[in-house]
Amino acid sequence: MENDQAHGKLELNLAQRSQRRSHWSIAWSRFKRHRLAMVGLGMISVFTFLALFAPLIAPYGMDEQDLFKIAEGPSAENWLGTDELGRDVLSRLIYGGRISLAVGLGAALITTVVGVVVGTTAGYFGGWVDSILMRFIDLVLAFPAIFMLLILFSIVSASVWNVILFLGLFSWMWLARVVRGELLSLKEREFVEAARSIGASNVRIVSQHLLPNVVAAIIVSATLAMAFNMIAEATLSFLGFGVPPSVPTWGNMLTGASSFYLRAPLLAVMPGVVLVLAILAINFIGDGLRDAFDPQSR
Amino acid sequence: MGRFIARRLLGAIPLLVGITIISFMFMHLMPGGPDSLYARSGRMNQEQLDAIRQNMGLDQPVVIQYARWVGNLARGDLGNSYVQFRPVRDIILERLPNTMLLVGAGLIIAVTFSLIFGIVAAIYQYSFFDHLFSFVSFFGMAMPVFWFGLMLQLLFAVQLGWLPTSGMGSMDDGGIIERIRHLILPASVLGVGSIAFWSRYVRSSMLEVIRQDYMRTARAKGLREWSVFSRHALKNALIPFVTVIGIDIPLYFVGAVVTETIFSWPGMGRLFYDSLNARDYPVLMGLLIFSAVLIVIGNLIADIAYAYLDPRIKYS
Repeated sequence: MENDQAHGKLELNLAQRSQRRSHWSIAWSRFKRHRLAMVGLGMISVFTFLALFAPLIAPYGMDEQDLFKIAEGPSAENWLGTDELGRDVLSRLIYGGRISLAVGLGAALITTVVGVVVGTTAGYFGGWVDSILMRFIDLVLAFPAIFMLLILFSIVSASVWNVILFLGLFSWMWLARVVRGELLSLKEREFVEAARSIGASNVRIVSQHLLPNVVAAIIVSATLAMAFNMIAEATLSFLGFGVPPSVPTWGNMLTGASSFYLRAPLLAVMPGVVLVLAILAINFIGDGLRDAFDPQSR
Repeated sequence: MGRFIARRLLGAIPLLVGITIISFMFMHLMPGGPDSLYARSGRMNQEQLDAIRQNMGLDQPVVIQYARWVGNLARGDLGNSYVQFRPVRDIILERLPNTMLLVGAGLIIAVTFSLIFGIVAAIYQYSFFDHLFSFVSFFGMAMPVFWFGLMLQLLFAVQLGWLPTSGMGSMDDGGIIERIRHLILPASVLGVGSIAFWSRYVRSSMLEVIRQDYMRTARAKGLREWSVFSRHALKNALIPFVTVIGIDIPLYFVGAVVTETIFSWPGMGRLFYDSLNARDYPVLMGLLIFSAVLIVIGNLIADIAYAYLDPRIKYS
């Protein structure tokens, strides 16, 4: 404990604080110059704003039905038409963003936490811990995630929380591999040996010396995980084994759409367009972040 | 090389054992267990149920059940479907050719377009086409496959009426032409996901090769541009691409679930979806094990092919 404190003081004296700060601001200024990334950031901000204030912005309620208007095209009252139960499509798209974005974000969070913990454990300790964890990852990857999720949700009833949890639990493996690979080489470097020689604990070495060096890779992977999980949620919900149909998401709004191709083709088009735009925005941000943290990667 | 292959094969064995254990555990987590379908029917009394349970070996300890199940699996016996009351193996094998046809067609489409886009983009780097392809592939990566399927269906089948919406056509009725007409949309949907990734891959590996010294040497010794391109550039650029395809092929069988569901293509993917709705767990387990084994084999072949094609790799 005392050792750790002394070590901490030493570290501050080494002016690491100011160093780290400038690292972040350099990355941010590079990110700002990445045009597509800024476009993506703008788009995601709009989506987030609409999702947060959905009840104030949406012209109708989430479940408000008008049985005299079943699957109708765009009109003055319903800008994007109505769905097969007479609900306003625009309103459901706005509410749907809440779930789709929350699921993507929540699942990405779980992906990141599990991936970092497993990857760090494997990479830092190495040896048999590493072998066992890596064989376990091989095993999990042998089962296609979409199959496992579909079977799981045919057994467990799917709520929004379930979907977030299981999506996260089935998509951390790549991140774990990335973190492990980085730690395996980082931990051999002199600065780690230096930290150890002045008595820093394992937790301290990992959290103060190793992980800050991997943070860029983690953030980039997390954005990609968010995009991936949003597509996965939409696919599950579309097939009828994701978020329950009463809750609008961009995926399950498409479930019945193919029955109304002739009457209301927009029903099949709009949720997909919104989804693609959101994913594009996230991918742009991910690209910008990668370039900002590591300009040589291009 | 022989030792390298042997070690890789040995390494796959614990993986396969793990796959069987997880699949078996999964099967026993199913609500009500394997006999629930009979128990739910209500027309059976306890005596009959007990007889069925005994028949299925469900009164034995779990370890013995597992051993028997693996023994059967090794002989290719995946149990019987709860719904169709026939061997799961027969049901899957019946659907396999249809899925193989779809996957094959999808692969041909994906490889062809990835090569064209990737090579053109690399040769004319930073040209209009290069930028266009990278823009399009951004969309390709952001697009959920099922929605692309819906859009193709809406545009080409419903609005334009050029191609059929679903099914795979009967060979007696329309012959091979009709089969191909049914194949175009689902195969494109299955292939499009990888075109975005693969064409970027071909592009960057072409760019890398084009800058190598041996390219200049080949030109310097007076080879014609075409043979420099095909024998020196393309051949070297495609080695890594082959292994990428190998790793991705199992994903085509996985992707078939979504594609076949949308287009009612009577293959293994559609079987998976239908079994899901019917809670036909033996069929689901059969398909799960099938795909897991396929993924392990795919990775194995890609590993070995990579080492074989590129002698610079150390077999360690």
